[in-house]
Amino acid sequence: MAKEEKDPHEHKEQQKNPLAISRRTFLKGVGTTAIATSITIAPLPLPSAADAAPPPARREAWIQLTVNDTVHRLKVKSHWTLLEVLRKQAGLTGTKKFCDRGSCGACTVIVDGRAVYACSFLAIAADNRKVLTIEGLLQGGKLHPIQEAFLEHDGLQCGFCTPGQIMSVKALLDKNPRPSADEIKEGLSGNVCRCSAYPKILKSALAAARRG
Amino acid sequence: MKPFDYYTVTSVAQAVSLLSKHRHKAAVLAGGSDLLAMMKDRLEGPKLKLPAALIDIKGIKELSYIKEQKNGVRIGAGTVLADIASSELIAKRYPLLHQAAGQLGVPQIRNVGTLGGNLCQRPRCWYFRGKSFANCFRKGGGTCYAPGGENRYHAVFGGSNCYIVHPSDLAPALIALDARVEIASPKGSRMVPLEKFYVGPDKNILGETILGPQELLAAVEIPAPAAASRGAYLKLKERQAFDFAIVSVAVNLSVAGGSVGQARIAFGGLAPVPLRAVKAEAGLKGKALKDAIAAACKAAAEGAEPLSQNGYKVDAARGVLEEALLSLA
Ligand SMILES: Cc1cc2nc3c(=O)[nH]c(=O)nc-3n(C[C@H](O)[C@H](O)[C@H](O)COP(=O)(O)OP(=O)(O)OC[C@H]3O[C@@H](n4cnc5c(N)ncnc54)[C@H](O)[C@@H]3O)c2cc1C
Ligand code: SF4
Repeated sequence: MAKEEKDPHEHKEQQKNPLAISRRTFLKGVGTTAIATSITIAPLPLPSAADAAPPPARREAWIQLTVNDTVHRLKVKSHWTLLEVLRKQAGLTGTKKFCDRGSCGACTVIVDGRAVYACSFLAIAADNRKVLTIEGLLQGGKLHPIQEAFLEHDGLQCGFCTPGQIMSVKALLDKNPRPSADEIKEGLSGNVCRCSAYPKILKSALAAARRG
Repeated sequence: MKPFDYYTVTSVAQAVSLLSKHRHKAAVLAGGSDLLAMMKDRLEGPKLKLPAALIDIKGIKELSYIKEQKNGVRIGAGTVLADIASSELIAKRYPLLHQAAGQLGVPQIRNVGTLGGNLCQRPRCWYFRGKSFANCFRKGGGTCYAPGGENRYHAVFGGSNCYIVHPSDLAPALIALDARVEIASPKGSRMVPLEKFYVGPDKNILGETILGPQELLAAVEIPAPAAASRGAYLKLKERQAFDFAIVSVAVNLSVAGGSVGQARIAFGGLAPVPLRAVKAEAGLKGKALKDAIAAACKAAAEGAEPLSQNGYKVDAARGVLEEALLSLA
């Protein structure tokens, strides 16, 4: 963690990033083509006082996050993901961390109505947004019809990918309450199941759509 | 992730003023689906550094739109991919772009990924993406691991020192549609044909585009479709979901009186840049489409220089082009 917190500005090398030099030299090199193929169409308005002053740099901030209809005020670091904050700060561990690179679907949650990978979403960028997690599907202690369908049709084996699968089904059914099998496959294509329970996940999703 | 300064901006002017202040030390953050993964992997090399500042452009409302205009359609760089995939206007006027957007990634990526981010995403070469391969040319190092390594997904055209393939599905589609991009900088903005936006490793080994450190991709403009035009986007991949193209092809033709008028063809997955198939295009023009397909496919694969494991891509390129052309014949 100590390493994690180290200020990158301290790295001298970073101060004089050679990437820039090469990029600039390169741009000089191709300058003629660039100019030949481009025309200046409109100067951007000169920044007015209000426009020119962008908000200051932030390394941490208080954010307001509505998770499952509960408003949370949380202090987050700029480099924390929504996934980490949901699990560690909001204490909602139903959303799973697996690949942490937007390539498996275990961390799927719904932000402002759309399924997203919480691992690839900065918490600080989620300020003022509405998040629905697997915990939010429970209504008065009763399982959601999608959860019931997964139980009934055995739509899981080890269960680790299940919260993500269910959130993808939820996002899909919210938009398209009567999807075809192909539409379900497409809607769930961002969720990997390493046990390969796909046929029963599909069956569960179809059953959930019928119940809906 | 390593800590960074985080800025939220609400206008293009703010974004480019911050970019010119920080230059190469800052990176534009759009959906973050590519950038954040690179930052988590701490990808660095002699000339590739983790950004010390991220400029989040998601709050710029003026970058998110799909608009019909006199001579075509204009799409803001901040428009999310899902909105492009579901746009009726795009589906009606540019079916091939609709097909490309619909086959790209998975719902969770399309829901956050943006047009600008898709066109500016970094390559997927597994050595580039591997932290232990810091000495690769594209990171400013002194070698390329691909020719002597695992290279079945690498380039068969245009690799000199570096054999990445450009990963975007939208880039070949938009190049086939003759799109131009608007690039904003503190001095104003310029329009560049998308095809000229990309540069190969012989021109720039450290980046894939002509974007300067103080510049932002602001919009894409697609000209109105020619009369009697038809298009198709075909993508060959190993898995049906999650996969980048092994080879993809975007074909945009106009056919009148039984013969091909205009033809624009661009491949993905074959070269460090989205690759125009100029010879194949020339082979189609003025001919009856059905009669010209075989020769065009042959011409498209000419001049390929496969590495040890990727020769199959040459056949695959001929195959997807043939299938795309047949679907339009
Ligand atoms: C699992 C998975 C599967 C995928 N499959 C596909 C696929 O099949 N086809 C495909 O085409 N792509 C695919 N992708 C890539 C995906 O499309 C990109 O990650 C996405 O489009 C990037 O958009 P973003 O807004 O999230 O960009 P970010 O991650 O925010 O940015 C990406 C890069 O572009 C720069 N950038 C972003 N916007 C601008 C701008 N307006 N001006 C200048 N620079 C900018 C950033 O600085 C950064 O370097 C896949 C990604 C994943 C994780
Ligand atoms: S192909 Fe390019 S990115 Fe990949 S190892 Fe070689 S130089 Fe690096």
